[in-house]
Amino acid sequence: MAVQSQDAIVTGGFDAPVFDAQSVFRALMDAMARPGTVQAIAPRASAPSPLGPVAAALALTLCDVDTPVWLDAALATDGAIARWLGFHAGAPVTDDPAAAAFALIGDGPSLGSLDRFARGTHDYPDRSATLIVQVPDLAAGPALTLTGPGIKQSTALAPSGLPARFTTLWADNNALFPCGIDMVLATPDAVAALPRTTRIQSTEN
Amino acid sequence: MTVQPTGLADYNFAYLDEPTKRMIRRAILKAIAIPGYQVPFASREMPMPYGWGTGGVQVTASIIGPDDTLKVIDQGADDTTNAVSIRAFFAKVAEVSTTTSTAEATIIQTRHRIPEETLGEGQVLVYQVPIPEPLRFLEPRETETRKMHALEDYGLMHVKLYEDIARNGHIATTYAYPVKVEGRYVMDPSPTPKFDNPKMDQSEALQLFGAGREKRIYAVPPYTSVVSLDFEDYPFEVNRFDEPCALCGAEGVYLDEVVLDDRGGRMFVCSDTDHCEKRRAAGHRGAMASEGTLA
Repeated sequence: MAVQSQDAIVTGGFDAPVFDAQSVFRALMDAMARPGTVQAIAPRASAPSPLGPVAAALALTLCDVDTPVWLDAALATDGAIARWLGFHAGAPVTDDPAAAAFALIGDGPSLGSLDRFARGTHDYPDRSATLIVQVPDLAAGPALTLTGPGIKQSTALAPSGLPARFTTLWADNNALFPCGIDMVLATPDAVAALPRTTRIQSTEN
Repeated sequence: MTVQPTGLADYNFAYLDEPTKRMIRRAILKAIAIPGYQVPFASREMPMPYGWGTGGVQVTASIIGPDDTLKVIDQGADDTTNAVSIRAFFAKVAEVSTTTSTAEATIIQTRHRIPEETLGEGQVLVYQVPIPEPLRFLEPRETETRKMHALEDYGLMHVKLYEDIARNGHIATTYAYPVKVEGRYVMDPSPTPKFDNPKMDQSEALQLFGAGREKRIYAVPPYTSVVSLDFEDYPFEVNRFDEPCALCGAEGVYLDEVVLDDRGGRMFVCSDTDHCEKRRAAGHRGAMASEGTLA
């Protein structure tokens, strides 16, 4: 068993680190610049379960020795994901969510308060956490209407696997602008982003 | 170290090493998330001097991929030294295809102009920025300007524009004209002529700004409000030109003055060479265009 888990840790990185990171980043950059758009990401990385291929690829694209990473309880489990991140990205894993540059969230519904993550300061609002949240999909959940920079008038997104009172949490995050966290939603094959500027309303049905 | 006679030489794709690209990519994401805010980044030395676009080059190098088509303009022109050198640089270190056509480009790196042709959703405009801080010439201390941005205290900039009016009867700032992004941050649009400011507002293309010497990256996402600062009784106005382009006859475009002799002879031509060439290819003729030749 020890051998098996060791294999899982040293394998699953990018086959072509330079080009894989570039194409994943461009998809993410487009997602961040155009909130609510869904950008496909082909499977390029495989991490120990339950970290999915897209969230794993995003972590390899963004994280390194300079970026402490926080894992939620669903991903922290037996430490395999922390070791995988350490081996492939060199990223330190921290227990303190306030110290994390990136937070990987495996269990979206129990995300809880966003206050525990770094929100930046008024002098340096960029020193804030980016949350990478694994969600099952972006179309089957409660319908949300998004407005803000990057969006022509308004757009719709229906992510499942977010907390029930997500729109309230997010409105609190909006109120901190220019501080606040930014969120990336990773499905098994695509990514969408919610920068702090995006305003979200439940779509009345 | 050997340099292959063909193919990539012995350095990484797009010149920068991967940790540097990751650092710049993280800065770009935060810049997009906080429109108009200048994100500090660990700018690298590039194989060209500061002032030649090291910030823009680092941004381009961090986003470019093998499928991209790159266009580089210097004051609107594809064929001046800075543009030719940077295009050749990326053709060599990233083996990307390059173009002079605005419509064909996926990434356009620019020094001090926005193309006349409206940019679309699939395009990224990368600006080379010398002094990213719009308040720097009013307040030299970084600690103070940072506080002014934090407190959204932009009174000094309005005083500057007011003094323009008091001295000259109008706002005399004609380039690097300050803008407010999404109602929050005052931003330097880089030394583009104020003629180009309206193109930044609600642009379909993503706009990224890189300042290498000053170590700042900032961004304007697509469909974002960019308002040129002004007063109710002295509204913002763009430059107007008395005559059309002497080569292609275009009106409503930004023109360069070209001195022809030492007896006062001059002509005004499109600063955007691609736009001018396309118009001439389509049969448009200005007053001084020779009939037989296409540029």
